[in-house]
Amino acid sequence: MKYLFLICSEAPGNEPAPPRETIATQPMPIEEWVAEMDARGARLTGDRVRPASEATTVRVRNGETVVLDGPYAETKEQMAGFDIIEAENLDEAIEIAAKHPMAWHGMIDIRPFWTE
Amino acid sequence: MTGFDAEFTAIYHAEWGRVVAAVIRLTGDWDLAEECAQDAFAKALERWRHDGVPPRPGGWLVITARNRAVDRLRRATVEAAKLREVARMRLPRADEQGIPDDRLELIFTCCHPALDQDAQVALTLRTLAGLTTAEIARAFLLPEKTMAQRLFRAKSKIRNAGIPFRVPPDHLLPDRLAAVLAVVYLLFNEGYAATAGRDLTRPDLTAEAIRLGEVLAALMPDEPEAVGLLALMLLHDARRPARTDAAGNLVPLDEQDRSCWDHDRIARGDALLRQALRRGRPGPYQIQAAIAACHATAPEAAATDWVEIAALYGELAKLTPTPVVELNRAVAVAMADGPQAGLALVDRLAASGALAGYHLLPATRADLLRRLGRTTEAAAAYDAALALVRSDTERRYLESRRAALRGT
Repeated sequence: MKYLFLICSEAPGNEPAPPRETIATQPMPIEEWVAEMDARGARLTGDRVRPASEATTVRVRNGETVVLDGPYAETKEQMAGFDIIEAENLDEAIEIAAKHPMAWHGMIDIRPFWTE
Repeated sequence: MTGFDAEFTAIYHAEWGRVVAAVIRLTGDWDLAEECAQDAFAKALERWRHDGVPPRPGGWLVITARNRAVDRLRRATVEAAKLREVARMRLPRADEQGIPDDRLELIFTCCHPALDQDAQVALTLRTLAGLTTAEIARAFLLPEKTMAQRLFRAKSKIRNAGIPFRVPPDHLLPDRLAAVLAVVYLLFNEGYAATAGRDLTRPDLTAEAIRLGEVLAALMPDEPEAVGLLALMLLHDARRPARTDAAGNLVPLDEQDRSCWDHDRIARGDALLRQALRRGRPGPYQIQAAIAACHATAPEAAATDWVEIAALYGELAKLTPTPVVELNRAVAVAMADGPQAGLALVDRLAASGALAGYHLLPATRADLLRRLGRTTEAAAAYDAALALVRSDTERRYLESRRAALRGT
């Protein structure tokens, strides 16, 4: 199955506290994650995107193109990038997402592709 | 109910989940599985009434439902490719009689963490326990339409998000098993102490939860927490007949008529608990069952081993440090070491604000203050509890306790 990963930062003020001492492991650096998932054939593509302050929305209403500054929705969590992932099922997708360093600081929104 | 009807109902409860699971395994289609299971049971009802129940009804039902599913898929040509695909899937697991048993896969899928817990509960009741959508809606005091939507969304998510139909691999098992046990225990609690509505207990839900607990304990005999949960539910449920009086009013544990308890059930729960504890991997359900066993095996209220219970709550608080556990520990400490010691714990809990809005916090305080002879403060605490309580039975109990203060 194909999944879109939306790589998001946590809302300001909602960032995770530093992990407890007993939990020693650190997330792998993003370069390693990309290398591993590319090698596994799991990551089809992906990239970072510029922040919401540099987003532009376009709507066509009554035949007129309306262009506005800003992202489509005012959310506190900001989308920072995306990946397209091929995984056998949601459990594998969750495992891949959990290894992504942004899952340790922000969150990953997993969206299955619309099939059929 | 005739003998046949009773037997058929028992078979329905025992085999519904297995039949649904077998068709999901074959087709991956949850709606089709429910429809084919329904068809198979309808056919069985008609046939068995005349020909008698076959020696292995579960096997008959699984084969009939699977044949029906294959027929339906053959007719729908678009689905043919899907069927070829599932035909390549690994063989289903089977029980010792050779009848396919995919119920474990089914319950782990129903309780996948990507579904919210309300959906997990509803889906488990529908697909594993065989309750109708209307029955589930009634049990949770929701409109049928809301429940139908909840089930529809859950099944859509399983299909479209790629939630696998399987028992999770070992490294995921502890977390996933905890989710499964939590759903069963939630059902039990909802039945045992209904959070809202007219009656204190809803035995239909406790019965379903125990039935599911039996299935889990039988399918996972090596998981002491699964066995511990079953023991816990049996030990609690054994006391149900004595928990309310003829008028439906709550009877507190120390005033219950212990001859009304189901002593066979207590013995079975106690034996299961010992069996689980022998594995040397204690967990929250085993400890709670041990607490329940202390109560259930005491010949009279005064003989309850409160020191042991307080110690067990201490162990439980280490594993699951929740304010509700702490409140229960306070009650046990009050019995073991006197109300003053318990009140100190309750006041500390109240000061933390962790249980704001939970009626049993002021209710417990009220009871301890009453025992200390601090009547005015007790009355105020009962008022605070009454402002929060939602179950009518518990309300009546608190009102009677408050009224009794005046007599002292």
